[in-house]
Amino acid sequence: MKTYEVEVRIWLKPSVFDPQGHAVEQALHTLGYAEASDLRIGKYMHLTVQSASLSEAQTRVEEMCERVLSNPVMETYAYTLKEVALS
Amino acid sequence: MLEPTAAQIRDEKIYRKLGLTDAEYQQVVEKLGRLPNYVEAGIFGVLWSEHCSYKSSKAHLRKFPTTGPQVLQGPGENAGVVDIGDGLAVAFKMESHNHPSAVEPYQGAATGVGGILRDIFTMGARPIAFLDSLRFGSLEDGRTRYLFEQVVAGIGGYGNCVGIPTVGGEVQFSPTYRGNPLVNAMCVGLLKRDEMVTGTATGVGNPVFVVGARTGRDGIHGATFASAEDPHEKERSAVQVGDPFLGKLLMEACLELIASGAVVGIQDMGAAGLTSSSAEMASRAGGGIEMNLDDVPVRESGMTPYEMMLSESQERMLVVLERGREEVAFEIFRRFGLEVANVGRVTDDGRLRLFFRGEVVADMPVAALVDEAPVYERPIADWKPPVPQFVPTTLAISEAWMQLLAHPSVADKTWVHRQYDTSVRASTVLGPGHDAALVKVPGVNKAVAMATDGNSRYVYLNPRRGGQIAVAEAVRNLAVVGAKPLAITNCLNFGNPEKPEIMRQLSDAIEGMAEACEALGTPVVSGNVSLYNETRGVDIQPTPVVGAIGVMDGIEHRVPSAPKSVLEPTELWVLGREDDSLSGTLYGELVCGGPAGDAPYVNLAQEARLHQLLQQVAGARLVAAAHDVSEGGIAITLTEICIASGIGAEVEVADGADAHGWLFSEAQGRVLVAVTSANADALARLAATFNVPARKMGELTGETLCVKLQGALLVELPLNELVATYEGAIPSFFVAEQLTATH
Amino acid sequence: MKWAVIVFPGSNCDEDAAFAIREVTGDEAHLIWHDARDLSDFDAIVLPGGFSYGDYLRSGAIARFSPVVEAVKREAQKGKLVLGICNGFQVLTESHLLPGALLRNDNLQFRCEMTELVVENNQSPFTADYAIGERIRIPIAHGEGRFVADDTTLAKLQADRRVAFTYHANPNGSVQNIAGILNLQGNVLGLMPHPERAVMEWMDSVDGRRMFLSMHRYMKEARALVGANGSANS
Repeated sequence: MKTYEVEVRIWLKPSVFDPQGHAVEQALHTLGYAEASDLRIGKYMHLTVQSASLSEAQTRVEEMCERVLSNPVMETYAYTLKEVALS
Repeated sequence: MLEPTAAQIRDEKIYRKLGLTDAEYQQVVEKLGRLPNYVEAGIFGVLWSEHCSYKSSKAHLRKFPTTGPQVLQGPGENAGVVDIGDGLAVAFKMESHNHPSAVEPYQGAATGVGGILRDIFTMGARPIAFLDSLRFGSLEDGRTRYLFEQVVAGIGGYGNCVGIPTVGGEVQFSPTYRGNPLVNAMCVGLLKRDEMVTGTATGVGNPVFVVGARTGRDGIHGATFASAEDPHEKERSAVQVGDPFLGKLLMEACLELIASGAVVGIQDMGAAGLTSSSAEMASRAGGGIEMNLDDVPVRESGMTPYEMMLSESQERMLVVLERGREEVAFEIFRRFGLEVANVGRVTDDGRLRLFFRGEVVADMPVAALVDEAPVYERPIADWKPPVPQFVPTTLAISEAWMQLLAHPSVADKTWVHRQYDTSVRASTVLGPGHDAALVKVPGVNKAVAMATDGNSRYVYLNPRRGGQIAVAEAVRNLAVVGAKPLAITNCLNFGNPEKPEIMRQLSDAIEGMAEACEALGTPVVSGNVSLYNETRGVDIQPTPVVGAIGVMDGIEHRVPSAPKSVLEPTELWVLGREDDSLSGTLYGELVCGGPAGDAPYVNLAQEARLHQLLQQVAGARLVAAAHDVSEGGIAITLTEICIASGIGAEVEVADGADAHGWLFSEAQGRVLVAVTSANADALARLAATFNVPARKMGELTGETLCVKLQGALLVELPLNELVATYEGAIPSFFVAEQLTATH
Repeated sequence: MKWAVIVFPGSNCDEDAAFAIREVTGDEAHLIWHDARDLSDFDAIVLPGGFSYGDYLRSGAIARFSPVVEAVKREAQKGKLVLGICNGFQVLTESHLLPGALLRNDNLQFRCEMTELVVENNQSPFTADYAIGERIRIPIAHGEGRFVADDTTLAKLQADRRVAFTYHANPNGSVQNIAGILNLQGNVLGLMPHPERAVMEWMDSVDGRRMFLSMHRYMKEARALVGANGSANS
C-alpha cells in the first residue's frame, strides 16, 4: 500500500453567483485594491488516502469528489495527489 | 517542553502566571502540607480564579434573596429551577462570555450559547429558548461594527443549529463598551418537577465518564484569562471553537440518558473543563473523585495532565453513572455516534486524585479547591459618578424625538433578530419585539414568559437605585405581557474589583437588586459574575443584567406590545405615576454628551402594585396591547406602538408637566396600554382598586403622531418618517460596507 | 393515515412537523431514525428542517447517503407523498429527487422572518386547498435557501408547472423567486419555508394548515380509490 496526500479544491461554477466572493471583492475595492476582480471563494480540503497504485488512488478520489465532496449541480473541483514516502 | 518543578514554581514565582497571588500560593502550600506540583498549582489557579470562585463578589452575593415556595433549586447548581405548576418546572441561567467575545467574537458568542445550553440540559431540562443581552460600543466605530456583526452571527450560528429558538434579549450601544463588549447568554429549559438531576458525584465506586468531544489544547487557561484584564494581550490560542452539531447530539444523548435514570450526576465541562467539573461535583457530594488521565480521549497526541485538566474544549460533559448501568449509556452514545470513556470513579476520601502513566500526578483535598477557596472582603470606597447634575433642555422636541429613535439602543432590532431562528420548536407565542417573550409549554395551555434587562447608565449614576431598576424593569416586562413573575437570574458585569470604587458599585447595585427582588417576590435562583471588564485601566459602566422568568396560565390572556390591527376606537392610557424629570435619561445623555443627573425615579411598592394590576388586566382581557415605558420615555414607547400597529396617535401631555420631561422621562413604573373605548372604564376602575394612577392620554388615530399641550398642537410627526428612521438606523451602518478589514 | 418524519442527526424541526401533522390532520406521525431501510408502512414521508450532519460539507449533502434516503426514493417512486421542508428540501435536491440546488442566501445572513408566498400551482396533492395566485404567510428560517438551477431546468420547471410557490418579496436571491418546487410526478414537494410553524392561532399564521390538510385528503382519496378498485398499490 502507498500513501497519498490529496488536496481538493472546490468552487462554485462560473455561472453560479457567489455572494461571499462578491462581498469580499467589494471590500477589497473599498480598501483601495481596485485591481482585484473575479474573486471567488471556494473550499479547500486536505486528506491522505491509502491505495495500491496511483491510478487507483486517482479513481477513488475522483469518485469522492463527484459523489460527496462537491455537488456537480453547482460546483466544480480540482485535486492534486502526491505520494508521501513513509518514514 | 519540560514542566517546572514544585521548587521552581515557588522560587521563580511561576504560580503568578497560573493566576495565584503570593498569599494565595502560601495558602495552597499550607492546605497541601507541601509544595504543589505544576498540575496542582494550575488546578488551584483556575479554581481560585475570580471566574470560578467568585472570591470578590461572594460576600456580597449573600444579600440576594434565594428562596420562595416556587424555588426548587437556588444558586450553586448548574442552573436555578422554579415550579410552574402542573408538575412542571423551568430551569434557567444566564452567563457572560465577554472576554472570549472581545477576542474572537463569532466563536466567543457561539461557545457562550453552547455553554449555557449545556448548563440547562444537565439539570434534566429540555432547552426551549435562548435570550441574549448584548452591549457594544458605538456603531460609528469599525471595530464595534465587526464585533456586533460577528457576535450576532455567532449566536445565530450556534442557536439556530441546535434548534432552540432565540426569542428575546436586548442590545445596547454605549461608548463605555468600546473595548469590552458584553455577551450575556441565557437559556431556559423545561422539565418535570420531580425529574431534576444535579451535578453531584455520589455513591462510592460509581464510575465517572467523559462524554462528547475529544479533549484538545484549546482554551487552556480560559478561566484565569476571563479574570485578567485586557484579553487582547493574551495569546489567541485560548480561543475555543464551538461545534453546534455535536452540541445538539450531546444534548439529545444526555437527555435520553438522564431519562433512563442511570445518571447519578452530570455537569458541563465549562470554564476550566475537567478540573472544575470534577472538583465541583465531588464538592457538592462531600466526597472525592479519582481519575486516570490516560483514559481521557484526546484530539492531539502528547497531551500532558496539565493540558488535559485545563483544556476548555467544548461539547464535553462529565457524567457519574450508577454502577452496573454503564451499558445503557454505551448504547445511547453509540447510537448518536458520540465518544464515551470511563475515566475514573467516585471515592469517599474527599480528594481529587489524578493518575497518569501509572503515577499519581495530583492529589488534593476537594474542600481546599472549592469550599475553602479564598473569599475577599475587598475595600469599598465612597464614590460619586463624575457627571453633570443638570440637564438643560436644548433640543427641539421633534429633533430630540428623531435622534432618540435613531439611537441604535432604541432603534428597531430586526437586523439582529432576523438572523436568529426565533420560531423553531414551533412554540414561540411572543418573540422578539414584545416586552417579554412567551414560549408555549407543549401539551398544556401554559406559557413561560422571559425577559432580560439592565441599563448601565442608571447603575452608573446611582448603583443602588440602578440595581433596583434593573430588576424592576425585567420583572415588569413579564407582567406587561400578562405573566406572573417567578424568579430571576443575573449576570453582574463590572469593572476591576481591586478598585474600591468598583466594589462600591458592585456592593450597592447588589443591594438595590436584592431590595427589588424582595419587593417583587422574585428571588435569585442562579447567576454569574463577570469582573475585570476594563480596557487599559478604564472600567465599563456597571452593568448588572437581569433575566426574569414568569408563567402564564391560558395563553389567550397574552398581551402584545402593540395591537395587531385597530378596528374600533382605541384609547391610549398611561398606567403608573407620571413624571417629567429628565434625570438619568438617554435624552440627557444626548444633550450632555454622557450620563447626567441621577438614576430615574423608581418606587418598589408602587412597582409591585403595578405588576399585580397588569396581571389582572391581562386575565380580564381588558387591553389590546401594553408596552413598558423605558429608554427614550413615553415618546419612544408611543412611537413603537404606532409603528407596530401601523396607525398614528393623538396624545395630551399631563396637566402641569413640562413637555420635554413628560415625553422623554425614563421614570420607572409606567406602562402604556391600548384599550378599546368600551373597556376603558373597566380599566380605570381596576387601576383604582390597585391604587395605580391611570390617565387617558389620547387615542390611536390618523397617520401622524400628534402631541398636544393643553389642547394646543405641540408637535406632529408623520408615521412614515418615524418608521423610516426607526427601521433604517441600524441597517444604515452596514449598507456601504458588507465587510471591513478591521479585525 | 400514517406519516413518517425522518430524523437525521442534526434535524431539529422533526418534532414540530410531527406536532403539526397530529394537530392538523389527527393522523399518526412517527419519528423515524435515519438508519431505517423500509418505509413501506407509511402513507407520507416528511423530511424536516434542521442542520443534518451540521450542514458542514453542504446542506443536506451527507444526509442523502443515509439508508433511509434510499427508502424515501423507493416510496416516492411508488407515488407516495414526500414533503421536504427547509433542510429536507436541501436533502431532496442533493439526492436528485428534485432538480436544482440551494446555496447561501445572497445577503449572506441567516434569515428568520414571516414571508408571503404566492401559490403558483394548486393542482398538486400538497397545494390543492390553496387558490392559485393566493398569497399565504409562512415563515422562513435558513441561511442557505437561494434556489438555483440552470436555464434548461428552469424552463422545464415552468413548462411543467412545477413551481409550487414563489416569494412575493424575495428574501434570499432565489432565481425567479422560487420558494418551492415539485417533481415531475407531482408527489414530491420541497420548499424552504416552514408550513409546520404556521398551523395554530397563536403562531401568527395558520396558512400552513392547508398543506397538511391537502395531503391528508389526497391520501384518503387515493386509499379509497384503491379500495374501490380492489387493486394493490400501483
